[in-house]
Amino acid sequence: MSILINKDTKVITQGMTGKTGMFHTSKCREYANGANCFVAGVNPKKAGEDFEGVPIYASVKEAKQATGATVSVIYVPPAGAADAIWEAVEAELDLAICITEGIPVRDMLVVRNKMKQKEAAGGKKTLLLGPNCPGLITPDEIKIGIMPGHIHRKGRIGVVSRSGTLTYEAVAQLTEIGLGQSSAVGIGGDPINGLKHIDVMKMFNDDPETDAVIMIGEIGGPDEAEAAQWCKANMKKPVVGFIAGVTAPPGKRMGHAGALISGGADTADAKLAIMEECGFTVTRNPSEMAKLLKAKL
Amino acid sequence: MKIHEYQGKEILRKFGVTVPRGVFCPAVEDAVKAAESLGGKVWVVKAQIHAGGRGKGGGVKVAKSLDEVKQYASQIMGMQLVTHQTGPEGQKVRRLLVEEGADIKKEYYVAALTDRASQKVAMMASSEGGMDIEEVAHKTPEKIIKAFVDPLVGLTDAQALELAKGIGVPEGSIAQAVDTFKKLYTCYMETDASLAEINPLILEGNGTIKALDAKFNFDSNALYRHPDIVAMRDLDEEDADEIEASKFDLAYISLDGNIGCLVNGAGLAMATMDTIKLFGAEPANFLDVGGGATTEKVTEAFKIMLKNPKVKGILVNIFGGIMRCDTIATGVVTAAREVHLSVPLVVRMKGTNEDLGKKILAESGLPIIAADTMADAATKIVAAVK
Repeated sequence: MSILINKDTKVITQGMTGKTGMFHTSKCREYANGANCFVAGVNPKKAGEDFEGVPIYASVKEAKQATGATVSVIYVPPAGAADAIWEAVEAELDLAICITEGIPVRDMLVVRNKMKQKEAAGGKKTLLLGPNCPGLITPDEIKIGIMPGHIHRKGRIGVVSRSGTLTYEAVAQLTEIGLGQSSAVGIGGDPINGLKHIDVMKMFNDDPETDAVIMIGEIGGPDEAEAAQWCKANMKKPVVGFIAGVTAPPGKRMGHAGALISGGADTADAKLAIMEECGFTVTRNPSEMAKLLKAKL
Repeated sequence: MKIHEYQGKEILRKFGVTVPRGVFCPAVEDAVKAAESLGGKVWVVKAQIHAGGRGKGGGVKVAKSLDEVKQYASQIMGMQLVTHQTGPEGQKVRRLLVEEGADIKKEYYVAALTDRASQKVAMMASSEGGMDIEEVAHKTPEKIIKAFVDPLVGLTDAQALELAKGIGVPEGSIAQAVDTFKKLYTCYMETDASLAEINPLILEGNGTIKALDAKFNFDSNALYRHPDIVAMRDLDEEDADEIEASKFDLAYISLDGNIGCLVNGAGLAMATMDTIKLFGAEPANFLDVGGGATTEKVTEAFKIMLKNPKVKGILVNIFGGIMRCDTIATGVVTAAREVHLSVPLVVRMKGTNEDLGKKILAESGLPIIAADTMADAATKIVAAVK
C-alpha cells in the first residue's frame, strides 16, 4: 500500500498541452507504471487530439467519464489555475494535485471556501494537494508531479514537506542509506492550500506500509504546530522533524509566499520546540534527517 | 508589494472610507503651499516611507503655524528616519504628506488580513489604536476582536456590528464604523491586498470615524490584474539588489552575514542558510535560483551576491531534479570566470547528472571546493573564510 495513489491510479492532466505539462507528462509516463496511469489530458480547444497517444478531452468531466480517472494533476498557468481546481472538484474527482506556482491568494481563498461549502452541503469531497507543490510519488508504482523519479526507492518511510527540493533532499538521504519510501508528498509553499501536514501525517499513521515519517516544515503559519499536536496524541510511528528558516528575518517573504514570519509563534525555533515537545526527534541539521530516522527504527 | 500612506489613503478614499484631507508633497517647498490650500490652523507633516513606527522616530510632526509647517517639512525631508522596522541605518525620507489636523477623541485599530488556519479573511479590531498591534496582541490579547469572513459571503452587518461594539465605538458613530469596516473588507478583496491596516482609526469630537493612517501590502501573485497598484511601486523604498535580482526572476534577500549562498528551491535555500549558521557562520543572503536556472541566471546570481562587500565566501547548493547538475556546473564555471571570482567557492551538487556536473567543476581549473552534503559544504566554506 501507500497513501493517496498507487500503480492502479488513473490520472487526468489539466494543462497537458502547455510546455510544462508536456514535459512532465512525458517524464511521468516514463516512470514505473506511468504509461498506464496517465490516461487523459484536458484542453477544450484540442479535444479529440492526443499527446504521445494520451487522448485530449474538452473537460475534466468528459475525461473522467471516458477513462474512469479519479485523480487530476494541474499545470494550468496561475490566472486560470483556481478555475482548473474547481473544474476537478465539480467533476467529483478524488484528488486534484495543483503544481502551478504563483496563483493569487484571493483565488485560492475563494476556491477553498467553495470546496468547503460543497462538502458541507453533502457533496463529494475532493482532496486538493498544493498548489505550488512538486506533487507526490509512490516509488516504483507512480509519480504524479515534477520530482526526479530516479532518486526514489520503494520502501517504508513516509516523507511530507512544503518544499520541493527539500523533499528531494530527504528522499535522497533515505535512499542513500538504504531506506526506501512508501510515499513522498509535497504539500506546497503557498499560504492557502489543500492537504496540510496534519492530513498527510494521519494518512501515514493509517498506512500499514509506512513505518516512520520525516516531516519537514518552514517558517510561517500554524500548520506544523497543529500536526505536531495531533501526533502527540495519535501518532504510533516515529517522526523526525526539521523546520527550515532559523536564519530567516521576520517580515521578509523567503521565496515561498507562505514562508513569512508574521507573529512570534511561527518562527522556526518556536515550531521546533513544539515538535520536540510533541515527541518528534527534531534536528537543526538538515543533512542528518535520514540518519536520525534510521536510529529510530 | 508595499505602498506609501498617501497612496493607501487614496485607495481607501476610492472605496468610500473617510480620510483626512491631505496633499502629497514631493519637495519641501510644496509643504507650505499644501498647508495653505488645506486651510485651517493645525497641520500634520508626515514622512512617507514604507516602514512603520514613523511617529516615534520623529517622522510625524503637528504644526500650528505655516512657519512650523515649513520648519518641520525641512527637518523631516531627507532625514534618515530610524524606526523599529527600518534597521539601525534608517530609511531616507524622500516624500511628505501634509494633512489637515484631526480632533482625536479616541484611537482604534482595524485591519484585514488572510487567516491561513481558517482559510478566511480575518477582520481584526481593537480599542487600543495608535499603538504597535503586536504589543497589544502580546500584552492584552483580549483587547483584540476578530471576525472571520467567508469570502463567498463577505463581511456581514452582524459581524461588522460586533466588531464596532466590541471595541467600544459610541452609539452615535456605530453606523459609520460598521460602514467603514465593510468598505475596508471590500477594498481588501478587490485590490488583492495581503494586509490592509488602519492604525489609528479615529473618532473625532463630532463623532466622525476617520482613517488617520493606511498601511497596505499586496499579493505579488495578483499584481498582474492591478496595473494601477503596480504604478504606485516606489523603488526608492526597496533594496536595489533585490530589485535587480527580480529582473532575472531570482528570489534574493540580503542578510547580515558573510557567506553568500546560491540554492535552487526556497525550502532548500533556507535549510542551507540554517546549516551555515549551525556550523558557525552567518549567511549573507537568501537566493533561490528557481527551477529553470540557466547559465545567464547563475551568472547574474553570482554578480548580485558579490556586490555585497561583506561576502567572504560562496556556497552553491543544488539539488538537480529537472535542472541537471551538468547545466548548473557549466553555469557556475562560466559565472566564476566572468566575475573573476576571488573568494572561496564551495559547490555541493546532488541529483540528476551529479557525476557529470562534478567532473565539469573538477576539470575547470578553478579552485572550486567540492562537497558531498550540506553539512560538509557548510563546514568547508566556514573553514575557507576563516
